[in-house]
Amino acid sequence: MRNAFAHAITALAREDPRISLLSGDIGNRMFDKFKTAYPDRFFNCGVAESNMTGVAAGMALCGLRPFTYTITPFVTTRCLEQIRVDVCYHNAPVTIVAVGAGYSYATLGSTHHACEDIALLRALPGMTVICPGDAVEVEAAVGAILRQDNPVYLRLGKKGEPVIHETTPNFEIGKGITIQDGSDICLLNTGNTLPIAIETGKILERRGISVKVVSLHTVKPLDQDLLKEAFNSYPLVATVEEHSLIGGLSGAIAEWLADNGPTNAHFCRIGTPDKFFHLTGSQSYLRKQTGLTPKSIADLLENRLLKI
Amino acid sequence: MPEALEASELLSRQIRGWLVEITHKKKTAHLASALSCVDILVAAYCGGTLKVEPSGANSPERDRIILSKGHAVGALYAILAYRGFFDEKLLDTWNEDGGKLPEHPSPGCVPGLELATGSLGHGLPCGLGMALGMRIKKLDSKVLVVLSDGECNEGSVWEAAMMAPAQKATNLAVIIDYNKWQATGRSDEVLSLNPLADKWKAFGWHTQEVDGHNLTELQNAIEDAYRQKDKPTAIIAHTVKGKGVSFMEDDNNWHYRAPTADEVSLALLELGLA
Repeated sequence: MRNAFAHAITALAREDPRISLLSGDIGNRMFDKFKTAYPDRFFNCGVAESNMTGVAAGMALCGLRPFTYTITPFVTTRCLEQIRVDVCYHNAPVTIVAVGAGYSYATLGSTHHACEDIALLRALPGMTVICPGDAVEVEAAVGAILRQDNPVYLRLGKKGEPVIHETTPNFEIGKGITIQDGSDICLLNTGNTLPIAIETGKILERRGISVKVVSLHTVKPLDQDLLKEAFNSYPLVATVEEHSLIGGLSGAIAEWLADNGPTNAHFCRIGTPDKFFHLTGSQSYLRKQTGLTPKSIADLLENRLLKI
Repeated sequence: MPEALEASELLSRQIRGWLVEITHKKKTAHLASALSCVDILVAAYCGGTLKVEPSGANSPERDRIILSKGHAVGALYAILAYRGFFDEKLLDTWNEDGGKLPEHPSPGCVPGLELATGSLGHGLPCGLGMALGMRIKKLDSKVLVVLSDGECNEGSVWEAAMMAPAQKATNLAVIIDYNKWQATGRSDEVLSLNPLADKWKAFGWHTQEVDGHNLTELQNAIEDAYRQKDKPTAIIAHTVKGKGVSFMEDDNNWHYRAPTADEVSLALLELGLA
């Protein structure tokens, strides 16, 4: 996904002189094309994310469209105060681009994991939160971001994720994309777990359970029409995300349900636990540990459906 | 004394008088912090180096002045009103329910207000972003950021202080209102602030030290700042917290205290406004 971002921002900067790119001493080689083509619009801000975020806000207040980029915790929680005050309070059109959703940087340890970022960024007034499901959605999202004028949080996976969309889908901020239709379970995914959600759907189909799979890339604002339809038409609605069950997509939908219920549908939330990891492990190891695999999700949902 | 300078000195005294009166009326805090930076703001807004005019308040080419020590915004509201950015009558609505003038300024609360501040350590990074933004847009605009000495506790100030020289941001200057106090103690004792000018110099800034209540020195320093060819400028303005009212000067109780009616009368007398 990060290469798709680098490609998109470089291509769009040709047409859009408002774009500037700020990196927190990361993206070695990845932004070479951007740097070569637009040296006056690329800034390596060093390992100083608070300043980077303030600088981006200052640029945005001059009419530019800055993007800040580094590993998720450092471009979000490290400088949350600057995102809140400099970006959101001023409604400055800065895009915070985070690489390494969930356990993408698994082996680097919990300092580099990102399972609370959606919760924190979503709480900020005026912030839009977008978690693309694959590289194609990343490129489409960057284009959509430049067609609006508010702060955005763009949550990327890392690299090499399976590409889901064969062609560019109709990408609208705040509107989910249906990947496949079904009638028994509505499976809503946000972000880098989209391949897991799709595989889960396939496993359940083989067990005779029909699953609708949606890439709900925008966590804020929520796609209310889609949620209404899901909770009115399906016996079971489930969410999948590589993020804590506190405050992520599932938390947002639970809030929505509290305000828009009651509903006959059951709601099942799949995400990461409320804990740090102290032992080392790859992303697939951590996903296994936390039940974020197609098989374990399929088992869970099948059991839930049987009990309804 | 030249006429313009005489007018500016009178303006400084008038702003101080208004600050003392409004702080009494509204029972707000931070009077001494505001009195400390009045002359700095008068030099910035009336000194002639910076293009800050009510008619160009929204011009993309305007120069930008940021009061990063947002708790002293009373002084800024006053000078913006006196300079005609908004009707002086609005000043009376400071801190009123539903009013436009909060104790720390909100974004665009009045014309001429460049940045919402109040949380310390934000003005310099944002000011640097504006300075670099001007460069991207190929505009000659200048940016001036006024910091407090206590604010230099914030790490974000020093992050920006390292980036600005690396970017050769010569259209950026800071003035540090160095009144030697922060909220609860001496600014060199709470954290090790001294030697302040040496710190900025070591970070790669062209550095000057001036009497922060001498309008001529301040104006000359601001003019000199933007003549630098390869470095941003830090002006260390030595000031007195509570300046202008003898019984408030260098007494940190006035960081939070509001004056009584009798104290207001005494202060106005001292300021030559009674």
